[in-house]
Amino acid sequence: MNFLLTHKREVATLAGEHLWLVGTAMLIAILLGVPLGILLTRQPRLKTLVFGSTNVIQTIPSLALFGLLLPLPWLGVRVERLAITALALYALLPIVRNTYVGVTGISGAVREAAVAMGLTARQLLWHVELPLASPVILAGIRTATVITIGVATIAAAIGAGGLGEFIFRGIAMVDNSVILAGAIPAALMALAADLLLGLVERFLAGRQHANA
Amino acid sequence: MSSPEHKSAADSAEIEMLGVEYRVSGDRVLLSKLDLAIRPGETLMLLGRSGSGKTTCLKLINRLLTPTAGDVRVQGKATTAWDATQLRRRIGYAIQDVGLFPHYTVWKNVALVPTLEGWDRARIDERVRQVLQLVGLPASEYGGRFPSQLSGGQRQRVGLARALAADPPILLMDEPFGALDPLTRAEIQHEFRQLQRAMHKTVVFVTHDVGEALLLGDRIALMETGRLRMIETPDSFLRSRDEVARLYIEAFEAGHRVGGVFPPSVTQ
Repeated sequence: MNFLLTHKREVATLAGEHLWLVGTAMLIAILLGVPLGILLTRQPRLKTLVFGSTNVIQTIPSLALFGLLLPLPWLGVRVERLAITALALYALLPIVRNTYVGVTGISGAVREAAVAMGLTARQLLWHVELPLASPVILAGIRTATVITIGVATIAAAIGAGGLGEFIFRGIAMVDNSVILAGAIPAALMALAADLLLGLVERFLAGRQHANA
Repeated sequence: MSSPEHKSAADSAEIEMLGVEYRVSGDRVLLSKLDLAIRPGETLMLLGRSGSGKTTCLKLINRLLTPTAGDVRVQGKATTAWDATQLRRRIGYAIQDVGLFPHYTVWKNVALVPTLEGWDRARIDERVRQVLQLVGLPASEYGGRFPSQLSGGQRQRVGLARALAADPPILLMDEPFGALDPLTRAEIQHEFRQLQRAMHKTVVFVTHDVGEALLLGDRIALMETGRLRMIETPDSFLRSRDEVARLYIEAFEAGHRVGGVFPPSVTQ
């Protein structure tokens, strides 16, 4: 604990880097994952392909994924770029899956009524599908965020910074207090994200009452 | 192509089915050789068992389905020639499961189609107030509620109000009162009859309840295994010698004898 308290400034800097890595990766994952999930509800033929590949990405050990991306031309040039890409790929599965499940889980009667009322595909999406699926989509984003905060500690292995710096340094120094200086803030960050997104999720779910 | 007589018949019909067939995955025939003309302002009841093709028939009208053979014409134009959205905005649709949007208040549910149609705010407000009043749910009391805060009967009324909101000339109803308790159902059936007398919409109403068909219909179309068996006014239906029709009438009269489940006004 001592180390954590004496290195407050460094902890803050690394926590900032960590947050930036996670935040950017999540933003990319959401911008990619939600439309992809919606696409799957329109083109179910792509389901096997997309779920198959996102699943495979999840099974690659994170350290290996960072390593595997390293020799790629544009990505390998800057380690942050690479770390963010890897993290975004990891976060993709829960987001795509929950978007798909959320949209396909909407009651058949609601969808039929909406189509019969003459809603266009776009109106159906914005007025019905996205609002009704939003709690489920957000649950996916929440899971992905918590995972990403943890996985992002490994980004330090390729020199991309973040709280993992302390963890790797602590392991090298065989000094638990240094490891904890990275692990504790990362754990707190994950808890805070979980709590915050949980509140947003509750708010969204509460607003629409029972999905009757 | 068509004879003058045929043409005039087509002109006076709001909805027309011409040799309509609907089959799924090649060989399962849900509807075959259906010919039917529905006049403007008429309430046509589609009566039949589950699987007789009633709902399929209804969905062909607002193009939730398209016929595999023949033509379904709405206001003289084949549904396949209509722009789907344009067609559906002219047709109100109320179903047993209602399908209210759970994330919208009663008000927003009813206001949606007029809003999408680009009506101005004042007109929307007035219309929503009006149709909610019409179905017996004053906007001041019910407008702000969510569907989950309503009883089954109230939800069904909101569904009807929503179907009527943009004042469509045609109304399709698929067992809209089927899930209600008998007393609420009788109440809402009577209200609907009053309402229909005032609004003169062309209504196609699916039911398996003879009492409902006799009470609400100007004509009753009896469907059996994907075919139209007969189409009669309630009076001639009651007098019909057709064996299937007799089965329905006997079941209906038996229901009457054991305790008047059906409103007495039906047989007057």
